[in-house]
Amino acid sequence: MTTTTIGVLALQGAFQRHIQAVESLGANARAVRLPEDLDGVDALMLPGGESTAMSLLLGANAMTDPLRALIADGMPVFGTCAGMILLAEKVLDGRPDQVQLAQLPITVRRNGYGRQVASFEADLVVPALGLEDDEPFRAVFIRAPKVEAVGQGVEVLAEVDGDPVLVRSGPLFAAAFHPELTPDMRLHRAFLNSL
Amino acid sequence: MSNEGTNDRTTATMRVKRGLAEMLKGGVIMDVVNAEQAKIAEDAGAVAVMALERVPADIRADGGVARMSDPAMIEGIQEICSIPVMAKARIGHFAEAQILQALKVDYIDESEVLTPADETHHIDKFAFDVPFVCGATNLGEALRRISEGACMIRSKGEAGTGNVVEAVRHLRNITGDIRKITQADEAELFEWAKQLQAPLPLIQELAETGELPVPLFCAGGLATPADASLAMQLGADAVFVGSGIFKSEDPAPRARAIVEATTNYMNPDVLVKVSRNLGTPMTGIGMDEIDVRMADRGW
Repeated sequence: MTTTTIGVLALQGAFQRHIQAVESLGANARAVRLPEDLDGVDALMLPGGESTAMSLLLGANAMTDPLRALIADGMPVFGTCAGMILLAEKVLDGRPDQVQLAQLPITVRRNGYGRQVASFEADLVVPALGLEDDEPFRAVFIRAPKVEAVGQGVEVLAEVDGDPVLVRSGPLFAAAFHPELTPDMRLHRAFLNSL
Repeated sequence: MSNEGTNDRTTATMRVKRGLAEMLKGGVIMDVVNAEQAKIAEDAGAVAVMALERVPADIRADGGVARMSDPAMIEGIQEICSIPVMAKARIGHFAEAQILQALKVDYIDESEVLTPADETHHIDKFAFDVPFVCGATNLGEALRRISEGACMIRSKGEAGTGNVVEAVRHLRNITGDIRKITQADEAELFEWAKQLQAPLPLIQELAETGELPVPLFCAGGLATPADASLAMQLGADAVFVGSGIFKSEDPAPRARAIVEATTNYMNPDVLVKVSRNLGTPMTGIGMDEIDVRMADRGW
């Protein structure tokens, strides 16, 4: 069996942390910036960062259509924070030119928790993901998107105060927080195990 | 245990404060002096804007005392921008920082570009929930700022000159000494701490990890896409561009080109494409032509 190759979108943001996380779990990680970087990629990670800047750079680097095609074809994707916004079907408080890469049936509000002073950490329990023990997952939220509605077929895997913060629909995973900022690798491992 | 009920939220942890800097990596933070410029910056793909009254080139030209911006001007920019808004406080001026925190700016820059308010003490940055970025010309200065609670370091360069030479010097000072420290033995680390006037535990951590505990950005004199690429190749995690954009002939395309160059900094073909036909960059000044060295402010 060949080792899985995870393409980490590296246009801007915390992509290096995702690359380190993926490599620490024994998979190959590849920074993807241009369409040719996508050859041979088995799954994708969309990191946190500024979704407006990423939207512009997706267009500038001709990445929007190739990514949309791969995702429509069923490629597994894990999007965190800005990555969640890129996957969402509906974005509130976004920019009109904001790029949308998938049809994950959720409605998210950009910066829905407020400005940086409201950024926070919280313990999550994620039973459905089969995390190997009961230890809560310490989640870091930075100017995070708020999931305001979930559509059919979306499984809510974790919540904060009643709002979904980790969701899955088929091969698409999305987190409003940053599992790459903590040493806890359980969510990355769960994504890799799902492949 | 279930997820029902209330999750305890903890705000303003070091992870949360440094976390925003992580999200800005690979991006361009642009100086803006009004809402109109902030809009241009966001449209061009800036990851954040720095709200200030005058760009450094004008501060340099006008002279006088440079202070924190008018809250109304910062609010105007917050109103129009959906990306993070940073603002500058004078070195040591914790009251200005308190005002900026009350305005809920996303990052405070304790900046040498403004006239220092305290010639001995920097702001106690642990006392704030809003994270701070501070400038540094060398590794010792960077570690002293981190020991005061800074969550992001930027090389100072020489703001408002359009001349990248000082930014390169400072970036190389910092990354060069980091490389040397990773080669040092235990005994030599004590000497490094003494020489750099920096806390020993931070030096020891550096020797172990090979990098600063917070992101290292580059600022001060960047004016072209090539300048951004140079800074990134020298080890910067992201770049600040101040006067370089709005003191150029045609700010919007230049801003966008610098954004694309920062992402594709290792790809000369992209750099060729984005560098074409940008109009005249800011004129810039040589280091022997300036009276005030802003980078010398800070201790």
